[in-house]
Amino acid sequence: MATSVRATGGGSAPPAAQAPGSGAGPDSPGPRPSGRSGWRSTLYRLDLKAVPYVFIAPFFLTFAAFGLFPLIYTGWLSLHRVELGGSAQWKGTENYSSLATSEFFWNALANTFTIGVISTVPQLLMALGLAHLLNYKLRGRGFFRVAILAPYATSIAAATLVFAQLFNTDYGLINTVLGWAGFDPIAWESSKWPAQIAISTIVTWRWTGYNALIYLAAMQAVPQDLYEAAALDGATRWRQFLSVTIPSIRPTILFTIIVSTIGASQLFGEPMLFGGSVGISGGSGNQFQTLSLLMYEKGWVTGALGQASAIAWVMLLLLLLIGGLQTLVSRSNRNRNRNRAGRIRTKAGS
Amino acid sequence: MRTSSSRQGRGRGHRTVSKAVAAVAVIATGTALLTGCGGDDNGKGDDAAGGQITLRIGTFGSFGYDDATGAKLYAEYTKTHPNIKIVESNVADGQKYWDTLKLRLSRNSGLSDIQALEVGYIAEATGPAMAGKWADLGTTGGADVGAFLDWKVKQATTGDGKVIGLGTDIGPMAICYNKDLFAAAKLPTDRTEVAKLWAGDWAKFIATGETYKKNAPAGTAFHDSASGLFNAVISSEPMQYANAKGELDYQNSPGVKKAWDTAVAATKGELTAKLRQFDEKGTWNAAFKNSKFATVACPSWMTGIIKDQAGPENQGKWDIAAPPVAGNWGGSFLAVPKSGKHAKEAAELAAWLTAPAQHAKVFGVNGNIPSSKDTLASPAVQDAKLPYFGDTPVGKIYSQAAAGITPAPISRWDGQVKTFLTDNGILDIEQRGTDPAKAWENVKKLVDDKIDQ
Repeated sequence: MATSVRATGGGSAPPAAQAPGSGAGPDSPGPRPSGRSGWRSTLYRLDLKAVPYVFIAPFFLTFAAFGLFPLIYTGWLSLHRVELGGSAQWKGTENYSSLATSEFFWNALANTFTIGVISTVPQLLMALGLAHLLNYKLRGRGFFRVAILAPYATSIAAATLVFAQLFNTDYGLINTVLGWAGFDPIAWESSKWPAQIAISTIVTWRWTGYNALIYLAAMQAVPQDLYEAAALDGATRWRQFLSVTIPSIRPTILFTIIVSTIGASQLFGEPMLFGGSVGISGGSGNQFQTLSLLMYEKGWVTGALGQASAIAWVMLLLLLLIGGLQTLVSRSNRNRNRNRAGRIRTKAGS
Repeated sequence: MRTSSSRQGRGRGHRTVSKAVAAVAVIATGTALLTGCGGDDNGKGDDAAGGQITLRIGTFGSFGYDDATGAKLYAEYTKTHPNIKIVESNVADGQKYWDTLKLRLSRNSGLSDIQALEVGYIAEATGPAMAGKWADLGTTGGADVGAFLDWKVKQATTGDGKVIGLGTDIGPMAICYNKDLFAAAKLPTDRTEVAKLWAGDWAKFIATGETYKKNAPAGTAFHDSASGLFNAVISSEPMQYANAKGELDYQNSPGVKKAWDTAVAATKGELTAKLRQFDEKGTWNAAFKNSKFATVACPSWMTGIIKDQAGPENQGKWDIAAPPVAGNWGGSFLAVPKSGKHAKEAAELAAWLTAPAQHAKVFGVNGNIPSSKDTLASPAVQDAKLPYFGDTPVGKIYSQAAAGITPAPISRWDGQVKTFLTDNGILDIEQRGTDPAKAWENVKKLVDDKIDQ
């Protein structure tokens, strides 16, 4: 297959010569070799070469206009002092160096990290568990599969507003229930860790089902024979989950980790809406201000667009760094697997 | 393997179709990109027949002009100007309104013919970056600038003497108090007696709070919020966030210090209900209904909020007393962007809407305290009473407070610095028990970090 594609794509051979290679056979409507139709073959080649580009062009044009240009423009802005409606003044790397010494930046970075960890880790673990359960033959499986996706279909705003009411310090349901159990009310918004946990709860609630469905899809691709073989060897369900399911869907797990990390590092809507009127600054003491919130505050509240752009670029670089680390991890994982497979093969051969 | 080869086969059969589709797709994308940004902003086509024009007016909160619940000023104006149609677009949140307006001003598109401006942002609007974008209402539109309170005109005047905004209302301040809670705490309930408790000094107000606390009903606080108290105190100070030159100088301002110290004292003495005013979750609103606090700093526009939030079941419980020191909190302007298609007609409408006669009508319906001298002194304002507050002579109380206002110089960063001081400083002390000295340091760092001067 690969060779035939290459031959067609190369376009150096005359059209008639390609036909046998591509396996289309005599019923192919391709043109006959003939001296007159040189321009037709040119057209044909053009069609093969250009049309794919035309098809993908809309995405790349849109990306260039709404993705690449803003990215570059933001980079340019980050080297200037800019105000809405005013003209830009060159500042060099000052915006970046001032970030390095700004405790608000480091605070936001730390918050992004902690909220990211306490929302991503339980979220993915719960998603794995849920997917494993849904993978069993159980009654009403279709219903449950749709139901776990429902939170994902809810808008961030709606979900957060409901949770903000539940976590309301004075009138919220959670503190009321805690009160019945004899606990003191928790200041869900004004204390640092309760606030971060509350925000993580919203994130976890929204994304667990989504990740569970991805895991479920991956689990269904695991060959049934592996489970049968494991069962014959006397492995329990739990053992099967650990030794068959998890290793088989490892690439999927890595994928969800990457996607969740990206999502967590861009966390914006939940803390903003959870904090209500002081949401943009992440609470009165910036106790849950994330990088995105800090960027928004700089750009739109105080009007320092240059500094906001610098934060945007630092976020991008951080994501690239994380992405690079994860690629390294996955590559070493793959190598280890290959080595292991090689070892098994040599063992079998001996 | 099988699928990929069959897909290839199918692709060939549809070659001509695919080419056409691709061409259409490219053209469609191209035109979408070209037309996507731009031009649905300005009303078009309405000038064609008979000089008929539409004037758009952008407002926030409640200006009391509209035909449904306000003073029906638009209907009145269109009766005498049959060629003009007026459309108001209103945004509830003043901060969001201003953010959008700033963006639209910078692009010169999407603007209304008349835009309302809040006093907190007037210095930014008259500042160098924006001053050139507004029409000079002192010369166009025929407004009688001399009819307004002098300090109100001064606030909307640019460095080179252009008046970019005409005053609508002002925010003279009083103290609203809950009579039931005062009675329960063995304090007087008559409004002149109450005013005497704290007359002349905010320290006496704190002292009254201490007295209240001794006999207060359980679960109630003397004042709603320390940040509200901060705003009330600073509103009555001759120097606020800016020096006489209009430069930000909050660190050396005696007004900021006094307001900060008063708010901290109220927090330390646990005299506040630890709420944030206007919080989006409605906790502050609910506290009105549940009578959680006994007093709230009460600019004239606050009376409407109390009436709405405390609701009919609390009618007659609230009353209004003169403040310790007279101050002004809030107030707005109408401005006309220069780039508008009908700037002249818009300036005329703005002048009419803010003329003394219309001030009086709006006050009668909406309770906005007018910013024109004659209207303030007129019987319509002087004799006004509010039934919800037990027929309090609001007109007298507020016009007296208005007479005692010393206007402070304002800088373009006032609004932002105020937010840092109240939301990140005082609220932090109040809700999280942060040490006041540390909170003050934090505010200074915030201002240094976030205000890109």
